[in-house]
Amino acid sequence: MKIFGFQIPSVFSLLIWAGVWEVIGQLEWVFIFPPLSGVLIELWDLVGTNAFHKASISTLKSFCYGMFFAITGGVSLGFFMGRVDAANKLLGMWVNIFASAPLSSLVPVLILLFGLGQTTIIVTVVLFAIWIITLDTLAGIKHVSPSLIEMGQSFGASRWNLLYKILFWAALPEILAGIRMGFIRAVKGVIIGQLLVSIIDFGQMFATFSRNLYMEEFWALTLVLFVFALGISSLIGEMEKRVEYYAGVRD
Amino acid sequence: MAIAEQNTIPLAAPTFSDNNIVEVKGVSKFYEPDIQALLDINLGFPKGQMTTLLGPSGCGKTTLLKIIAGLLEPTEGDVFVNGQLVTGPGPERAFVFQDFALMPWATVLRNVSFGLELRGMAKDERYEIARRYITNVGLEGFGEKYPHELSGGMRQRVGLARAMAVDADVLMMDEPFSAVDEQTRRQFQEDLLNLLSIEKKTVLFVTHSIEEAVYVSDQIVLLSPRPGRINKTVRPDIDHAASSDEIRRGKNYLDSVEEIWHELKGYLE
Repeated sequence: MKIFGFQIPSVFSLLIWAGVWEVIGQLEWVFIFPPLSGVLIELWDLVGTNAFHKASISTLKSFCYGMFFAITGGVSLGFFMGRVDAANKLLGMWVNIFASAPLSSLVPVLILLFGLGQTTIIVTVVLFAIWIITLDTLAGIKHVSPSLIEMGQSFGASRWNLLYKILFWAALPEILAGIRMGFIRAVKGVIIGQLLVSIIDFGQMFATFSRNLYMEEFWALTLVLFVFALGISSLIGEMEKRVEYYAGVRD
Repeated sequence: MAIAEQNTIPLAAPTFSDNNIVEVKGVSKFYEPDIQALLDINLGFPKGQMTTLLGPSGCGKTTLLKIIAGLLEPTEGDVFVNGQLVTGPGPERAFVFQDFALMPWATVLRNVSFGLELRGMAKDERYEIARRYITNVGLEGFGEKYPHELSGGMRQRVGLARAMAVDADVLMMDEPFSAVDEQTRRQFQEDLLNLLSIEKKTVLFVTHSIEEAVYVSDQIVLLSPRPGRINKTVRPDIDHAASSDEIRRGKNYLDSVEEIWHELKGYLE
């Protein structure tokens, strides 16, 4: 962004919006917007509480387990569909449906299947994240130049060698993009899961705060999750940059 | 159809001998029942010589090369290399690709040594061989570069070094110079001939450039448009020890170019 010819760092936009928030909060126009300063003070207190620690560890655990299954499952499924045409025809439609369906509506069914506990949250995370990873991996595999595959074959690559020495690396930019989007969806998944299960961790905290109109606490927790999602996304973004140099020159 | 029949010239008689390292016998390729890419190809490739498959676009020359490479299966017929039936790719054949087919995530050194890596050779050993060929193709000092840091001509040199490094008897080159500019192309042709005079490989070369075919080849096989059939075999009889200028001004070179052009012109009419 440039103002009067001066380059303004993008963090200024964040500061401006923070200022707007503070002013609206101080004016007490809308009760759901307490001043940002109050939210930040609450955030400081919240982060120090035992409940927050417990919820963070438990949420992180569900998140990591879920993402582990989503990445291994999604990448494998994407490879399988990319290399076996019949599998793509058979599963392609379903993966696309799941990738765009409002999966929140399935959570009550998951609760029936897996109970009101962490398993349901993990399955929710997997369900939210796996399809986009599958689709992006599939796109990556389909994008691999046929002559690169022929090159491998002509030099005697076994199927396994072809898979992990050529196909995996050639599709890596798309796989990482899928994983990044999968992470963002997984943050949604873990919170929606907890909200619907409602008696555990951040979901419980969210439910309590919003039910009792503790808006400062509510926004503090929301900020924590935003920063977490943004952090993860930037981290994967950095990894993507490391393979970007060849993503555009593969054809 | 009538025009095509008019231009059909009797098939060249199969010439098989002990001297041929690659023999193609009765090979046809149909993509669908009604799309014939190649029809009844019988052809011998003499050992240690450079044979070029020349013909208009879509005549199946790349298809034939890929069948010999074992990357495609013929619908009918067989290919023999060193007397052995080809059922897939083999270590005695190495392929140079039109679009280079380099791994963009790997350095020049790893790309060149990739064929050896797939054969399970130890890293030090394969890197040593790769370095030698990187020097031989004129890329000394570029081993740690990535393909996107190189020009098109340099990338194809990497492709050539990779094919040379596995020490195959037969080098197969599919329009290797079509993606590089004319001056690079000429330089590359000369370098290729120099390199081959040292390495003594059998080369199967595909091009649609008449001048290139005549300049580099011992034997030129003219293929007719789809379905590809062998129309004529020309041996330009050029002394490759002569300088580039002498070759290009020589009578044999000019006569061969003219003869082939005359032949190919028939397809346009």
